[in-house]
Amino acid sequence: MALLSRRTDLPFERDDSSRYLPWLTAFMVFLASLTLAGVFALSDLAKTWDKGLSETLTVQLPAGGDERTDERRAAAAIKILEATEGVEEVALLPPRQVRDLLKPWLGAAADAGGLPLPQIIDVEIDRDDIPALATLTEQLRRALPGAAVDDHGAWMSGFLRALRSTEAIAVLIFLLVGVATVGTIVFTTRAGLGVHREVIEVMHLIGAHDRYIAAQFAVRSMVLGLRGAAMGIISAAMVLIALGVLVEFQGFGVLPGIDLSLGAWIAVVLLLPATGLLAWLTARITVLRSLARMV
Amino acid sequence: MDEIVRFQTVGLRYGMGPEVLQDLSFTLTPGSFHFLTGESGAGKSSLMRLMYLAKKPTRGSVSLFGRDIASLRHDDYPTLRRRIGVVFQEFRLLPHQTAFDNVALPLRVSGMREKEIKKHVEELLTWVGLEENMAAWPETLSGGQQQRVAIARAVIAQPKLLLADEPTGNVDDRIAARLLHLFEELNRLGTTVVIATHNKSLISSSPHPIMHLEGGRLSIEDRESEPAATVETLPRSRRL
Repeated sequence: MALLSRRTDLPFERDDSSRYLPWLTAFMVFLASLTLAGVFALSDLAKTWDKGLSETLTVQLPAGGDERTDERRAAAAIKILEATEGVEEVALLPPRQVRDLLKPWLGAAADAGGLPLPQIIDVEIDRDDIPALATLTEQLRRALPGAAVDDHGAWMSGFLRALRSTEAIAVLIFLLVGVATVGTIVFTTRAGLGVHREVIEVMHLIGAHDRYIAAQFAVRSMVLGLRGAAMGIISAAMVLIALGVLVEFQGFGVLPGIDLSLGAWIAVVLLLPATGLLAWLTARITVLRSLARMV
Repeated sequence: MDEIVRFQTVGLRYGMGPEVLQDLSFTLTPGSFHFLTGESGAGKSSLMRLMYLAKKPTRGSVSLFGRDIASLRHDDYPTLRRRIGVVFQEFRLLPHQTAFDNVALPLRVSGMREKEIKKHVEELLTWVGLEENMAAWPETLSGGQQQRVAIARAVIAQPKLLLADEPTGNVDDRIAARLLHLFEELNRLGTTVVIATHNKSLISSSPHPIMHLEGGRLSIEDRESEPAATVETLPRSRRL
């Protein structure tokens, strides 16, 4: 706190050039926070789905026409699956759950009694001893014509590719926001150097080192940066919490809720010192480079 | 070190203009005291600027405290400037700082502790008669008071070289005599002093040699009773 309230020899309070720096920084940090949260959310999502789906297979049996046939076919499929090496657990999804899964696509029609529903069997597999998919499929199809085995591979690889691309774009946006923040600070600092040129010259002639003058600009820039970053982070946190609540209560079908990990929140909060450091360093380097050209 | 300032065939021009200072060669020894005179436009301020390192000569060489300024690195300047006290003609006080803070500035930039700064600054401001104005902003002070703040700022760090440009221009004779006394006190402590002035009564009231600039050229007039320890061994009225 002593650092933030430190007296300065330069009349920064009369300097209009830095008046909007906190607001500009707040906007940049707001964007950076949302982008960072997005990167973390996508990364977590990709990991969760990748892990979840790579440990399961789904066996789908077409509707057999009557309940007894369905039960017989399901029992036969389960028997084959349980006898397969690498299969850890087999569970037939109850018709109610199958209907729930189809609801986002079929709506109320999914509940209609007469609708023939396929049977879905969830299979948990041992990741270290994955059963041969082709052999298993062949075995099931021979016993139960029409049976399909899905290891989600095709869907997952496409989905993960899309997620990674989105992540890369988000990281790029994050970096661009950082560059824009640095540019804003450089511009503001240079404007400040122009405004305070007379005072700086006197300080130089009195024997002030460039470092002494640069430190005053750097601390000033850091204080403004921290102020702006705090505003930006608080705004972003409010938006993220509101979005989370909205998604949870409204629901968006197949999309999971926005549930940021602790790591993501820590990363967002770390934007505060990171912005302060960036502002301090940028202003310091800008001033030192400019003053080096003066006599 | 037996030279505080040494100029050798120094010339100075601004941009592509004519030389405002021509072939200046002189030496100021430790503890010397000189008045610098000359008509307006003779180059007094330019000579002062060279001495307080605000300008570099366009030709010739300038040495301060035994160091050729042509060989100085950028980082060397502050160290040398801290040994030079300057009273600017237009004061150049920082308008957003109180009289106290203006005077404290040279001590702050050199890293002195606030407790010590307070003691020194209060003592000096009291000495120049501004004990009631320590917290005043420069714009609320009269010209003479501002000038005394500027002088206090120049001498607070006990410089080895004191350069004063018209330091008595805005004060009455009583204050002028008091300020001259302050400069002489510093001089007695070993500070080399150069005072640029038009004030004839000030010049006549003391025996110090006169550096006279005319048309960018310098001559030095030694006068009697200059203490031997502070007199430069320069010929009388020699054009340099």
